[in-house]
Amino acid sequence: MRSDRGSWGRVISGGLIFGAAAVFVSLVGMVEALGVRVIVIGVIDFGRLLLLLIGLGAGYQAARRGGGGVLTALLRGLLAGAATGAGLAALLVLGSVVNLRGMFINASPALFEIISFGRGAAGVPLVVAAGAVVGVLGAAATLLPGTVRGPLGAGVTATIVIGLFQELLQIILQGEEGVRAAIRQLIFVPEGLPPRGALEVFVVVLVASALWRSRRPVVRSWISKRPPRTQRLLRLLGLLLAVAVVLVLPAAGGLFISQVLVLVGLYTLMGLGLNLEVGFAGLLDLGFVAFFAIGAYTVGLLTSTGQYGVAHWSFWAAVPVALVVSLIAGFLFGLPILRIRGDYLAIATLGFGEIIRLLALSDALRPWFGGSQGILAVPKPNIGGFEFSGPMQIFYITLVSSAFIAFVAARLRDSRLGRAWMAMREDEDVAEAMGINLINVKLLAYGIGGAFAGMGGAIFAALLGSIFPHSFNLLISINVLALIIVGGMGSLPGVVVGSLFLVGLPELLREFSDFRFLVYGAALIIMMQVKPAGLWPAAAVRRELLKEEPVGAVTEGPVAERAEA
Amino acid sequence: MQRSFLQRFSIVGLYLWGFRISVLLIVLWGSFGTFQAGCPSVFTLCAFKSRYSADVWLDLLVYGLSQGSVYALIALGYTMVYGILRMINFAHGDVFMAGAYTAYYLAAAFGRAGFLNRHPLLSLAAVLALAMITAMSIALVLERVAYRPLRRAPRLIPLISAIGASFFIEYAFRGFFGSGFQAYPEWQVFKGEWAIAGVGILRTQAVVIVAAVALMVVLYGFVMRTKTGTAMRAVSEDLEVASLMGIDVDRVIVITFAIGGAAAGAAGVLYALVFKQVHFFMGFFPGIKAFTAAVLGGIGNIPGAMLGGVFLGIFESMGPILILEGLRVPGIYPTGIPAPYQLKDVIAFTMLVMVLIFRPSGILGERLATKKA
Repeated sequence: MRSDRGSWGRVISGGLIFGAAAVFVSLVGMVEALGVRVIVIGVIDFGRLLLLLIGLGAGYQAARRGGGGVLTALLRGLLAGAATGAGLAALLVLGSVVNLRGMFINASPALFEIISFGRGAAGVPLVVAAGAVVGVLGAAATLLPGTVRGPLGAGVTATIVIGLFQELLQIILQGEEGVRAAIRQLIFVPEGLPPRGALEVFVVVLVASALWRSRRPVVRSWISKRPPRTQRLLRLLGLLLAVAVVLVLPAAGGLFISQVLVLVGLYTLMGLGLNLEVGFAGLLDLGFVAFFAIGAYTVGLLTSTGQYGVAHWSFWAAVPVALVVSLIAGFLFGLPILRIRGDYLAIATLGFGEIIRLLALSDALRPWFGGSQGILAVPKPNIGGFEFSGPMQIFYITLVSSAFIAFVAARLRDSRLGRAWMAMREDEDVAEAMGINLINVKLLAYGIGGAFAGMGGAIFAALLGSIFPHSFNLLISINVLALIIVGGMGSLPGVVVGSLFLVGLPELLREFSDFRFLVYGAALIIMMQVKPAGLWPAAAVRRELLKEEPVGAVTEGPVAERAEA
Repeated sequence: MQRSFLQRFSIVGLYLWGFRISVLLIVLWGSFGTFQAGCPSVFTLCAFKSRYSADVWLDLLVYGLSQGSVYALIALGYTMVYGILRMINFAHGDVFMAGAYTAYYLAAAFGRAGFLNRHPLLSLAAVLALAMITAMSIALVLERVAYRPLRRAPRLIPLISAIGASFFIEYAFRGFFGSGFQAYPEWQVFKGEWAIAGVGILRTQAVVIVAAVALMVVLYGFVMRTKTGTAMRAVSEDLEVASLMGIDVDRVIVITFAIGGAAAGAAGVLYALVFKQVHFFMGFFPGIKAFTAAVLGGIGNIPGAMLGGVFLGIFESMGPILILEGLRVPGIYPTGIPAPYQLKDVIAFTMLVMVLIFRPSGILGERLATKKA
């Protein structure tokens, strides 16, 4: 076999990088903590799945890189997978010689049991062999034609998702008889997803996906041949269906689901606000949580029946005030930092956000804001005797306000102001030369963005019934930033997608929440390199990416700037 | 750009002047209040006879100096990277944490073996070396993985990547080593005070100041005297021209990150000496403050970063007592602001915001004044 040594060296070193990743997730505690969540009973849990995915990834990337025939590709996968296994084996050997636990708290016997298939240090050859097999499987995935790989992937993904959320699905499908109970009994046993159920799910989704693949053009052409009125009707029908599903979700899913949905809604509200600042206007704001806090404190102070309440207003009267206060706060916050640009702006806003939090926390302002003990006894909102007493009811408030604010944001985006924001985002100097009043436009971005977050804060206060300054830390700003970046900067559906993925998912997978910011951090780094436009890019960005690079495109960054200067 | 008379006295300008004047008034009122506290008449100042004696102020000064020299060491990394790449290495504070945290395990092992007190200087040197090496390697990996692929991207992109890296490092350490505080072992020799020129000074603080100053001198010498240092300054001056002159820009960037990381790692150990504990989130606030110091001294300017760090450290240690405690507001705060030390960080952040607003070019910097900084 003729091949240059360099490329095989790359395969091995690539495999070793994946091996390092496997060691990393093991030592950081993910494998063991996520191992609690069994996906298919007796077959695999979430922690092992993570290791398996890393091995598959190693084989996949090794086989995809470089040409060669089927055998070469499989061999590359084998080598890369074995190298990944070798990484874990090295951890195993090290762990059996030295007591790693004195340093790495997660290097527990349970972890080594998982890695070594329960054999201890004797499992080393087995780990390498398993890595090689998984690597070959990963490599084989690259060789399959798309018509096979698509449905296969869909089947596996569906099985994993159903296994991961089996607890939740069982709650939704509870009952003694009827369709729901029948479905539940078909797939699940009370303890979870058995291999038989997993196989059923896999086969059904595989067949459905394959059918859909072959029928899709037919359906598409059928729809496109209908008269426009029918098409519009169909679209409306689909929309209504989606709305209906969202409306019944809290009732069907119970308290826990409702709580998660309310959080997703609150983060969507904040995301819409920050999206306006970062996505539309290009002003990176790391102190965004301040507006959330201002909204919450305004509602808290105006409505609380406790010690610090000043007015005992109703929630509905306090919300408009909270919106106006956070709008004004946005103006005041924006005024001094108008002249700061780019990355300095990010740090200045971070400073502002921290100042607000520290002041709310301090004893100096305790007589008004309650210091570290916060404001208690914030009443629940109610309309004519109906009390929005818990997350299941408050969900509807979040839903309505998110929908309303998304509508406002969409109209703003397409307005003259929205275009001014985007012009400013691309280049402040050029925008100013085009006659845009930067001061007004920037202040409006801060003000309106702040008001959106203030709305979120207001609902948050009502949801918890109390306000603590500790809830308003920098991590919330980072959380919101991460979700709009993952969703797609400047994209409104992206905000919803981002908060579903970054807020909803970690809440549903509770074991995962410890690793939330670890994953966010990795997501931010990876997204910036792989998909800077986000999962659901804004329409304008998408158009730009699809287009050919225009002649004489401006390269930004230090070099270009230096060249201008 | 020529500004018209009206533009110069716009509402924004007025607001900014109001901001400046009110901060100035608060500072003046507060310090006056502190200095004349307990004096017989409102028109006399008698600070050294009142609640705080000269010794207290001196202690605060030394504490501020030791804190400030740690900030200065961290600020070096910010300022050098910004000088060359025009990016805020947001994760630099976590490089600092990583150094301190990893070296903690060596220090703890030394402590158990009794080596710490048998050879205090040797063990301190070993701990410092390990911290510097770890921090340096993390800074290098960071540069390679998170920053190098984005070198030609728009400005906000690398910053977001850096924010991601910061949280990744923090929570990786949390996963590895747990979320609790770890107590740093203590060197017996560094307990207590040394009498220097008739004044008692805490030994740890003296050690921190001496070590930080020594490191800064070495670093400054490296940047000013060696060929690599000259190359670094050239790249920071003009990246394109430097590369035309045959300087390997990639190599210079790597060396910059290495030096900045090593300085941060050493700073981490010194910080842990003073505060006697490490924690996975400990890098965040010192990182932001060191960035403030770097901007204060004029970003891209190495002596400026040192000066800025020391200035910030002293201001932060004296500020709460000097300004806040004397801030007596009749009817609300008859005896000054309660618990002024809670607001220590507010002072630092206010300073950060004010420097960014009013003098983004810093005390010693003039280069970035009109550029897109």
